Amino acid sequence: MEKDKVPQDEGITGGVSREVQYAIDENGKYIKVMSTGWEPKNIVNNLAWEDIQEMVEIADEKIKTGKASPILHFMAKTQMDVTLLSDYIELPKWKVKRHLKPKCFKKLKQEQLENYAKTFEISVDELVNFKPEK
Amino acid sequence: MKLDFEHIPAGHCENGVISSLLKYHGLNLSEAMIFGIGSGYFFAYMPFVKVNGIPLASFRPVPGMIFSKAAKRLGIKMKKQTFRKQPKRAMDELDKVLEKKLPVGIQSGVYHLTYFPPAYRFHFNAHNLTVYGKENDTYFISDPVMEYPTTLTYNELKKSRFAKGPLSPNGKMYYPINIPEKIDLKPAILKGIKQTADWMLTIPVPLFGVKGIRYLSKRVRNWPEKLGPKKAASYLAQLVRMLEEIGTGGAGFRFIYAAFLQEVAEVMQDDRYNEQSKEMTKIGDKWRNFSSKAAQTCKGRSADPDGYNTVANLMLEIADDEEKFFTKLKKLIK
Repeated sequence: MEKDKVPQDEGITGGVSREVQYAIDENGKYIKVMSTGWEPKNIVNNLAWEDIQEMVEIADEKIKTGKASPILHFMAKTQMDVTLLSDYIELPKWKVKRHLKPKCFKKLKQEQLENYAKTFEISVDELVNFKPEK
Repeated sequence: MKLDFEHIPAGHCENGVISSLLKYHGLNLSEAMIFGIGSGYFFAYMPFVKVNGIPLASFRPVPGMIFSKAAKRLGIKMKKQTFRKQPKRAMDELDKVLEKKLPVGIQSGVYHLTYFPPAYRFHFNAHNLTVYGKENDTYFISDPVMEYPTTLTYNELKKSRFAKGPLSPNGKMYYPINIPEKIDLKPAILKGIKQTADWMLTIPVPLFGVKGIRYLSKRVRNWPEKLGPKKAASYLAQLVRMLEEIGTGGAGFRFIYAAFLQEVAEVMQDDRYNEQSKEMTKIGDKWRNFSSKAAQTCKGRSADPDGYNTVANLMLEIADDEEKFFTKLKKLIK
């Protein structure tokens, strides 16, 4: 790629930073060129976020119908699955799965709630009183 | 305390960190040179490793490998430490080394890096950055994929060093402790090239090298039918992200490799490497074209099989090009 062909689209770094792109200058020599972004990258990055958003919506639907505890919402929002969450919480997966059930969630001790809240970077209040929108 | 450390933006974090650490110690080697010597060029399709539930395609070997291979081939001794479940010790140890006026390379999780644009922040744990100073609760950070130097608080840095999940860093830190006075680049370059050529051409498993590209091409062709339009788009999008987004310098490291070959031509005083660099640029341009077409195909998540066929065909073409390229390069180094 030639240096004047390095795309400078408005991109996912949102003005915070620019990315290094290797390109050749007028003498055919490789140099590093800063790029603000590239539209194809925006498209694929957006798709990944759409997938995350969809997981959150599915979680919220389950919470509304009493099939899941608020943990599921924050788990989806922080892009985690049960395996990763259990790593962070330092509990076996089967326990985390139980805590995803509204019944077991209600019985959680303060200490465990704090542990979850800390992992999600929210307060215990926000976790316990979470209500899906709509 | 802030060390006199030069922040050099780079295409890729691992090479960028090593290159700037070495520069601090007086050794000038570009990111591209480290990448080539460390055999950073690769292709692997690993359906058994899933990222966000999607099989992993990677354009580089496992994290840490470029780094250790480059150091070994250059005769540089690095001190490496990990601290399983000992975050406090990991931070104390970092402070100690900083006090000795040594910048430190750190493996970190991307999700916890607060200075990143939100769009970057996924659970990916094999990121690298350099810590080059500390004042009270603030650490001075040189992150090669950022345009400018930045900072993290004690807790943010600790969290990122102990991110969980696949490839968790466990507080890994590293810094050079012995750099030979005289380094002969030639043998290191030849070893680096030879390994890359072997990996791309001769691994007897169809998931790696040019065979891997062909194998994945077959899969891509079937995605719309097998997965449905929605999931197929997610899969293809992730493939493009691996090529363009995760600090590759564009086109899945192919342009960095072309830059490396130019430097090789100079070191070896052999113009044939410049010709090879031009070939590699063409391959990189083809991957860029692939990314562009693939993104158009994902957009709107249409199930149009033509889009998938087109990109699958491009992959076959590129596989042929890369095969020819490395066959020729291998002859060059004999």
